[in-house]
Amino acid sequence: MAEIPDDEYILKTTSACAGCSIPLCLRYITKAAGPDTVLVIPACCTSVIQGLYPNTAVNIPIYNVAFASAAAVASGMSEAFRAAGKKTNVICFGGDGGTVDIGIQALSGALERGTDFLYICYDNEAYSNTGMQRSGATPLGAATTTTPTGKKEFKKDLDAIVNAHNPVYMATACSAYPVDLYNKVEKALSIPGPKFMHILAPCPPGWRYPSDKTVALGKLAVQSGMWVLYERENGKMSLTGASKAAAKKRIPVEDYLKAQGRFKTATKENVAELQQMVENNFKRIEKEVEGIC
Amino acid sequence: MLNVGTGNKAVALAARDARPGVVAAYPITPQTEIVEEIANQVGAGNLDARYIPVESEHSAMAACIGVAATGTRTFTATSSHGLVYMCEMLHWAAGARLPIVMANANRALGPGWNIGSEHSDSLSMRDSGWLQVYASTVQEAYDATIIAFRIAENENVLLPVMINLDGFLLTHITQAFESVDPSGYLPDINTPHAIDINNPGGYGTLTANTEHFKFRHDIMKGMKNSVPIIERAEEEFAKQFGRKYGMTEDYMAEDAEVIIIAMGTLGKEMEVAVDKLREEGIKAGSVRVRWFRPFPDLKEKFEGKDLIVIDRDYSFGFGGILANELRAKTCCDPYSVIAGLGGQDVTYDDIAVFVRDRKPGEEFWFGVSE
Ligand SMILES: Cc1ncc(C[n+]2csc(CCOP(=O)(O)OP(=O)(O)O)c2C)c(N)n1
Ligand code: SF4
Ligand SMILES: [Mg+2]
Repeated sequence: MAEIPDDEYILKTTSACAGCSIPLCLRYITKAAGPDTVLVIPACCTSVIQGLYPNTAVNIPIYNVAFASAAAVASGMSEAFRAAGKKTNVICFGGDGGTVDIGIQALSGALERGTDFLYICYDNEAYSNTGMQRSGATPLGAATTTTPTGKKEFKKDLDAIVNAHNPVYMATACSAYPVDLYNKVEKALSIPGPKFMHILAPCPPGWRYPSDKTVALGKLAVQSGMWVLYERENGKMSLTGASKAAAKKRIPVEDYLKAQGRFKTATKENVAELQQMVENNFKRIEKEVEGIC
Repeated sequence: MLNVGTGNKAVALAARDARPGVVAAYPITPQTEIVEEIANQVGAGNLDARYIPVESEHSAMAACIGVAATGTRTFTATSSHGLVYMCEMLHWAAGARLPIVMANANRALGPGWNIGSEHSDSLSMRDSGWLQVYASTVQEAYDATIIAFRIAENENVLLPVMINLDGFLLTHITQAFESVDPSGYLPDINTPHAIDINNPGGYGTLTANTEHFKFRHDIMKGMKNSVPIIERAEEEFAKQFGRKYGMTEDYMAEDAEVIIIAMGTLGKEMEVAVDKLREEGIKAGSVRVRWFRPFPDLKEKFEGKDLIVIDRDYSFGFGGILANELRAKTCCDPYSVIAGLGGQDVTYDDIAVFVRDRKPGEEFWFGVSE
């Protein structure tokens, strides 16, 4: 197990909601990245939780940019640092909306151009900043303020889209497993080129669960297979942490859904479809891990 | 060094000579030759810069923002739909006080698709906090690009600068022009608020209503400061390289009774009209507005004169944009001619007719009005 440094770059004064998983994610990301790092943040909850000018709760340079522009700003920054002979890590940290919806063009371009950066999408499965509207990453059946009767479509498969760009490294993580997250960020930053991480980031007000259950929710997501921890290095996929066990034996998806108010409107069919999605997903993953596909 | 080339080529060579560290590029007619020529210059080893072939103009400006944030000199070029596509990032660049320099080939906006010259693209970005200068010759396009870096990077300005050149009418015409070695003219870029790993801070942090207006006020001050800094930068350029520019370019305006006003290539066309009108005994002169932001002080110059403003643009529901700026800034009520939209031909003979038939205070659409 990695030796996690005691250094703290996220001060204990963020303005996140109680129980928010974002400061937890950022804490381990910045511990892994160290001080020679710039965070590039598109519009999202993280724009808010840093605190109000002239204060900041982040002790490394943090550059806020327009909603659709994070990966492109990072492209420019990374090229400029490399041109100046600097190794400074450039990390985008954006929400699901800023990644799978409005920012996907900039992300695709930056990945395709081989930009030396790490793009991290923290996925709370809705536009939380603006009050929990649906995003392309909202799962089937989940109620949001723009899908009050539950979302009718499946979650967009962001990882498949990113994978089609052949990044040098890509991984998923979940705030409930910070050591796994730390290790992946550390590994990603050790490789030059375009890297991508997708972190499931539970949001108590958006998902409607008590704020002391953020870690429990993340664990239920992984144990049920609704979220899978893996990494893909040079195209080779391997499961990590609790997902190794989940590949063999999972708790029912319903146990994860039941723990959240946002799935109250989900129909029986929705639950069955989500369960089926998990089964299909693992079949596909098994094949890929074994190198069959 | 003497060159022969188009307005586009001149801008590209000026960008090369200014030695940016990173260039972001996306093609659009009639600007494309600029980003192609810069790619050639980088490819040939004449410019030691990184070239980011972005996937859109929104990302072009975003990438320039990322570059400039590190304290590195940067450049891009666009036109028309590309410019309005990057609108959000234009505001961001100015708000973040980044000295980005960009060329814009003035072109109409669709529909229908039209690649002819029009100023509606850049003028619709009027209030974004960018300085805007309009060139009229290939040499001026080259010189204005070099000068733009010096102004943008001045610590009392720190605002982005847009060099505008009329699509085709300047981007694609070929003239002789002299390129220079600006290394003694452009000091190394020194961005006081560049990202500093050893002095970490938050940039563009959430800002309350008790603070936001102070940043806007600072932009206003930077723009105001830019007036003497433009003048000094242009004087110094004249001293080092022998070519003199100003906020406006005036032609026989001093003793004129009637003054024609326009921007871009029309500003050259109208000088010929002035000659013709003078032959007829009409005491005409012309003032070509070069800097549109900051806007020049023309009150005294125009006192008691008949004014004819030619706008290659229009603000629907209000009028010709340049005409209205002058109305607001000088109290004159000019004859407002809307001409040249979408590359419509406007000759010096047409301009002479505008002057002869002028009706102060009225608006005339060339080719449409009776
Ligand atoms: C161009 C633009 N459109 C809309 C917005 C408003 N907006 C700000 S944040 C946000 C949602 C962000 O959602 P996500 O990326 O998932 O991050 P989260 O808020 O969930 O952390 C929206 C719609 C904006 N800032 N810019
Ligand atoms: S709304 Fe959700 S994601 Fe946003 S700060 Fe609150 S808990 Fe965190
Ligand atoms: Mg979100």
